[in-house]
Amino acid sequence: MKTRRQFHKLMAVTAAGLAAPAILGSKVFAQDKPIRVGASVSLTGPLASTKNGQIGYELWRDDVNAAGGLLGRKVELVIYDDQSSAANVPAIYSKLVDVDACDVLFSPYGANLSAPVMPFIKQRDLFMIGMFGLAGNDVAKHDKFFHSGPWGPNSGRDWARGFFDLAKAQGVKKIAIINADLEFSKNAAKGGAEVAKEYGMEIVFNQSYPPNTSDFSSMIRNINAGDPEAIFIASYPADSTAIIRGVKEIGISDKVKLFGGAMIGPQYGALLGSLGPELNGLVNSHTFVPEPTMQTPAIKSFFDRYTPIAVKQGVDPLGFYIPPFYYVAGQLAAAAITGSKSVDPAKMAAFLHANSVDTIAGKIAFNEIGDWKERRVLMVQLRGIKGNDLEQFRNPGHQVILDPPSLKTGDLAGPYNKARAS
Amino acid sequence: MLSIDILLNAIVTGILLGSVYASLALGLGITFGILHIPNIAHPTLVVAGAFFVYTLAQWGLDPIVAAVIGLVPFYLLGVVLYAFYSAVFERKGGANVLQSLTLFFGLSLVIEILLSLGFGSELKSVSVSYIGSSLKLGVLTVPYRLLIPALLAPVTIAAVWFYLSRTNSGTAIRAVAHEERALSIAGLNPASVKRHAFGIATATAVIAGAALIMVGPIEPFAGRYQIGRVFAIVVLAGMGSIPGSLVIAIIIGIAEALVSSYLNPSWSPGVAFAILLLGLALRPQGLFGAAR
Repeated sequence: MKTRRQFHKLMAVTAAGLAAPAILGSKVFAQDKPIRVGASVSLTGPLASTKNGQIGYELWRDDVNAAGGLLGRKVELVIYDDQSSAANVPAIYSKLVDVDACDVLFSPYGANLSAPVMPFIKQRDLFMIGMFGLAGNDVAKHDKFFHSGPWGPNSGRDWARGFFDLAKAQGVKKIAIINADLEFSKNAAKGGAEVAKEYGMEIVFNQSYPPNTSDFSSMIRNINAGDPEAIFIASYPADSTAIIRGVKEIGISDKVKLFGGAMIGPQYGALLGSLGPELNGLVNSHTFVPEPTMQTPAIKSFFDRYTPIAVKQGVDPLGFYIPPFYYVAGQLAAAAITGSKSVDPAKMAAFLHANSVDTIAGKIAFNEIGDWKERRVLMVQLRGIKGNDLEQFRNPGHQVILDPPSLKTGDLAGPYNKARAS
Repeated sequence: MLSIDILLNAIVTGILLGSVYASLALGLGITFGILHIPNIAHPTLVVAGAFFVYTLAQWGLDPIVAAVIGLVPFYLLGVVLYAFYSAVFERKGGANVLQSLTLFFGLSLVIEILLSLGFGSELKSVSVSYIGSSLKLGVLTVPYRLLIPALLAPVTIAAVWFYLSRTNSGTAIRAVAHEERALSIAGLNPASVKRHAFGIATATAVIAGAALIMVGPIEPFAGRYQIGRVFAIVVLAGMGSIPGSLVIAIIIGIAEALVSSYLNPSWSPGVAFAILLLGLALRPQGLFGAAR
């Protein structure tokens, strides 16, 4: 008898154990759990200057939770430091999915760090918002991946087309291209070379250089020897500084009408402040500038809240380039969840493919591989910069939008040497 | 594109860059070349020196003046670091290379994190009137941004070499590397001599840091990109050959500049190691090292 009672107890416990996952996974319990959003951010390492994006994530989370959450559930961020190392990325995302059970994923920053996670996302059929990874889904073509950045379709080739459109309008026939030996810069330069050829421009100099090159005098002399009318540069912050200073030291031909294109660095407060007037005349890509055609109450509200946090954390107090689009990533995820009334990757992806989303960066619609249907990379010309005061960059007129035409706030001032001296 | 002005400018740029590399390698030449302590944290200490200079430059001081002010605190930092290293390893029967590498690797990470916490992760640079302008000499255009820091290296190296070869305490430093026990018999404390030498090596980091931040902006992790090159310079010069390291650094600088100008800049990071391999194949003890 005792044995039979024990047997019944054992059966009851076993049955409860077997039923537990179904009960705990039921809708009733799921609605009590927060929706978990997983990401890696480069809090340390060479890309740590991008960590101000996390403020965008956190502002979005706070806004959503203050409004009652998503589907009645609070939003919780799960963020790990990838230390700017691509080697750390696969393990972080495995943990985010298999241990932390995240419902939505945001990619690491940029193409270099995002590339290792794409096979995993595709294989596991997961939903991900991409963070600044140029052409990040062009190879995997995963249908549940969406860019928060405004690169547009066929981005590997076309994202900087605005620079070449401006060059073409100026009658440029000869162009020089230089790039850092890193994923983003190589893609940008390769795409730029293709567009230049499409426009019938002769590429008189096309060379890459290793990351963290500190002296470009040899390269600038070689560029001058090629006598180009435009110079397209795909560089990272430290090399951007060295190139700008190198041009000032060595000099550049008066024939050059456009200089810049895809230089990372002049979008950040640190370089704007340190280089100041040396940046005058540069025509470079950007994602947001405080020009009249881009100012909306929503984006103004974002920066009103971002700035004091950034100052307190000691990160870029301007934060024009990255943080708004980290907030946008949250808005895209929120739209997908509320629109599909689900955290099912297929349903969320189907919603974003079928609907456009209103964000602080404007209305966004996606193509089949998650690119923005319309390229909205800005080509801005820096001008009228006096001194090294960062506050001047909050005012219109210092980062004039030349392209796209829909957001244009001024015409190209040139040639480069004249614009530089202005 | 084999014009004479490009060739001459490339050679001059190479000499200047090489001289800056020699500054970066000087401290390692003392710790690794003379004391045989593989201080892979030295490039990070150089970056720490650059941040020290950056901090004082914010108050309007010239980077070189800031570096001179930093000599004493960095000397003391080096003394403390060696005291820790000695307490952890040497007093317990001698450190093997792997233990030392691990310690200095860890130290390097700690410094990077501290710099990151203290200064943030943004690039930092100094604004000085001579940065951004150039000296024109015929076909040569020499940026002051390279010229001024390049002049620091020969001066610092000459001062250190004079100290090591012409003073009693300098002779003791060179002696401790060869025969520690004999030094004890002579009544000197080898640990004290090494501590002093480590202090000098670390003090040179602030001079190199000034050179580094004048050449270009820096961030807390910038030391990582210099480790390979500075080790190549020290090893190829011959362990302990301080003047030799200047010659080797200039050879590497010129080779990198010529490769950048005439072949492809992407190949230049391999130049130091190609020269190292070739040099060691011809002279395993280094080009200026004594045969053993």
